[in-house]
Amino acid sequence: MSDPLAAPRAIQGRAPDVFREGGWVEMREFSESEAVDFVVIGTGAGGGPLITRLAEQGFSVVGFDAGPYFRPLEDFASDETAQNQLYWLDERIVDGENPIRMGGNNSGKAVGGSTVHFAMVSLRFRPEWFKSRSLLGYGADWPLDWREMWDYYGKAERALSISGPVTYPWGPKRPRYPYRAHEMNGAAEVLARGAEAMGYKWSPTPLATVSAPRGDSPPCVYRGFCRFGCSTNAKQSQLVAFIPRALAAGAEIRDLAMVGRIETGADGRATGVHYFREGRWRFQRARNVVVAGYAIETPRLLLNSANDRYPDGLANSSGLVGRNLMTQSNQAVYGSMKDEVRWNKGPPSLSITEHWNYDDRKDFFGGYCWMAQGPLPIEWVTVLTGSLGLWGEQLRERMKNYNHQVGVKMVGEMLPNENNRVTLADETDQYGLRIPRITYSWGDNDKALVAHALDKMQTSMELAGVRDTFQQVDDTNHLAGTARMGSDPRSSVVNADCRSWDIPNLWVCDGSIFPTTGGVNPSLTISAIALRTADRIKALADRGEL
Amino acid sequence: MTDHFPGYDVLRKRRTPSWDERTRQAINDRLSVPREPRFLSPELFAILAAACGRIIPQPPDRPPVPVAAMVDTKLFESKRDGYRFASMPEQGEAYRRGLRGFDDAAQSLHGRRFAGLEPAAQDQILASAQKGELDGPAWQGMPSKMFFEHRLLIDAVSAYYAHPTAWSEMGFGGPASPRGYVRMQLNRRDPWEAAEAKPGEEDRVRWENEHV
Repeated sequence: MSDPLAAPRAIQGRAPDVFREGGWVEMREFSESEAVDFVVIGTGAGGGPLITRLAEQGFSVVGFDAGPYFRPLEDFASDETAQNQLYWLDERIVDGENPIRMGGNNSGKAVGGSTVHFAMVSLRFRPEWFKSRSLLGYGADWPLDWREMWDYYGKAERALSISGPVTYPWGPKRPRYPYRAHEMNGAAEVLARGAEAMGYKWSPTPLATVSAPRGDSPPCVYRGFCRFGCSTNAKQSQLVAFIPRALAAGAEIRDLAMVGRIETGADGRATGVHYFREGRWRFQRARNVVVAGYAIETPRLLLNSANDRYPDGLANSSGLVGRNLMTQSNQAVYGSMKDEVRWNKGPPSLSITEHWNYDDRKDFFGGYCWMAQGPLPIEWVTVLTGSLGLWGEQLRERMKNYNHQVGVKMVGEMLPNENNRVTLADETDQYGLRIPRITYSWGDNDKALVAHALDKMQTSMELAGVRDTFQQVDDTNHLAGTARMGSDPRSSVVNADCRSWDIPNLWVCDGSIFPTTGGVNPSLTISAIALRTADRIKALADRGEL
Repeated sequence: MTDHFPGYDVLRKRRTPSWDERTRQAINDRLSVPREPRFLSPELFAILAAACGRIIPQPPDRPPVPVAAMVDTKLFESKRDGYRFASMPEQGEAYRRGLRGFDDAAQSLHGRRFAGLEPAAQDQILASAQKGELDGPAWQGMPSKMFFEHRLLIDAVSAYYAHPTAWSEMGFGGPASPRGYVRMQLNRRDPWEAAEAKPGEEDRVRWENEHV
């Protein structure tokens, strides 16, 4: 068996067949010296659909990923530690009042990006969030119309065969989910009891893991290691859902290929990318470059690409590249029950309440949802050490109650702030590239939202019969911002088509472009925007405006 | 310290459909981690081993977990976390400073090496670190609270709870691919999950746990 981290697998005209141990599929290869239509840097929630749709519409596309190209059936262990291989673990410096803990929470390094390890929660934004400045009084307006997004959400949900309820209790009418909802586990049931006691609606969570067969994906077997990679391919990550389509449509994927710098020519346009693969730096010529590395690596690459013509980095005339970084509040309330919950069984977030995303009777901006939880032993022990300061015999005894633990965890909206940002540190990494420094502090509004959520979650858990409750007050997940979209070049980095204002053939297509982050997990929105961007690029090309 | 899951050994499932080949290999590698330090000096390793023994004591009646060796392996293999607090040095350097800091505290309080202290005295030094009270030349400005909470404590417990001994002790089902689970509701247990003993049921539960 080959080691996917030791040498690239997608070479010599073939790429791994993710559905077969040791299997291969044919892959088209492009020459470095001839410009391809598109280079896409990153193959996750943004890059995956974009590469696929560009290739399907006839463009020549090469997708780069710094991470390995896994075959889940042979490469994924059912194990928290071994599966650290999925995360972006290169050094990043974190500071500010509330430093963001990076790694498994928010950063993937693999073909498929973070979707290889994400919890599969696939939610739509509340429509008003696309105009949060004008309609709700905070953040910034998106240059997108929610009705158009509603169509693209539907396309993304169908492409990922989202399993969800027939009717979803919040927001405008949406089509029923393509696949039936998953059954609920004990932890999901306790969330439902708590929500009903509070008078809130709840729902089975729409998830990107199939509840019935789909092509080579078998239905989910409820093994519960979802956040450590799906070893059966039930999860509809980009690795299994979109990338095989991209290859079939003639795209090339280059794994273990770290892009370090985007080159620009005499006319100021991007000409291609310098990337490190198989022990040396190479150059791929391109007519367009799309950065899809997520909210840390995207601004890092744009800043690291500074040159004489663009001394502050590419696409940065607004000075906003790297600024307005947002994470999401991810606090939790945990406790125990007399019942055996065994929360490790099944996907971790099988039920949800979005009540406080849609109820505006609160004295702060933004919304939040909360979901059932099922942390595995290592995650759980770090909750106990981090939240209760436990160690020693006390800790071991507490861990023995694992099968009786239950809890809910929020995904909360944090507001954009220019001082929360990604800059370059002086230290360099294994590629010789300057590493990112990530500075983050919570604002008063962020703290007020968290306090509100903790109070409501705690009450709901107590009403559901959960005892010995405690709060995990310090956790965040997901990323956004750092290359925001907008309608004014002075206050945004890209336009509604994800095209940079400064360099017309340089695009950004990932969570970096979010002007606000909403109170739901971001991946479905990233993918929906990527599908829209692919259509916009085709429309622009047809009009000769690329 | 009663055994909640008498007779349960997650390794018994090793050759069942709950463990695929890749998982067997990952756990075999973990069980065979070299017990001798490869990153830390023997002197610092002894301090680490003593500290780990207090942070997460070994179970009396199950195979021991080589916590310190697992932490040393993480350092030896440069397995990083994906971030570093600006106030902290790189992980290997953090250990060199922090472990020496424990030894210095032991010398100044008790005139002895940390590893040779009584457990209660070791606990006291660790508790001081947790409160951020340790300081001195060995620390070189690294906050002892950060070292304890965000380096030593996390690494030690992450090692312990990566080990089958810990999973057996807490009744965790462990690896579950490809079989997964069927009975999802409250108070339902698949026959290949650990059974929990209520008083008086130990014998029946032990039999069930010997047949997962």
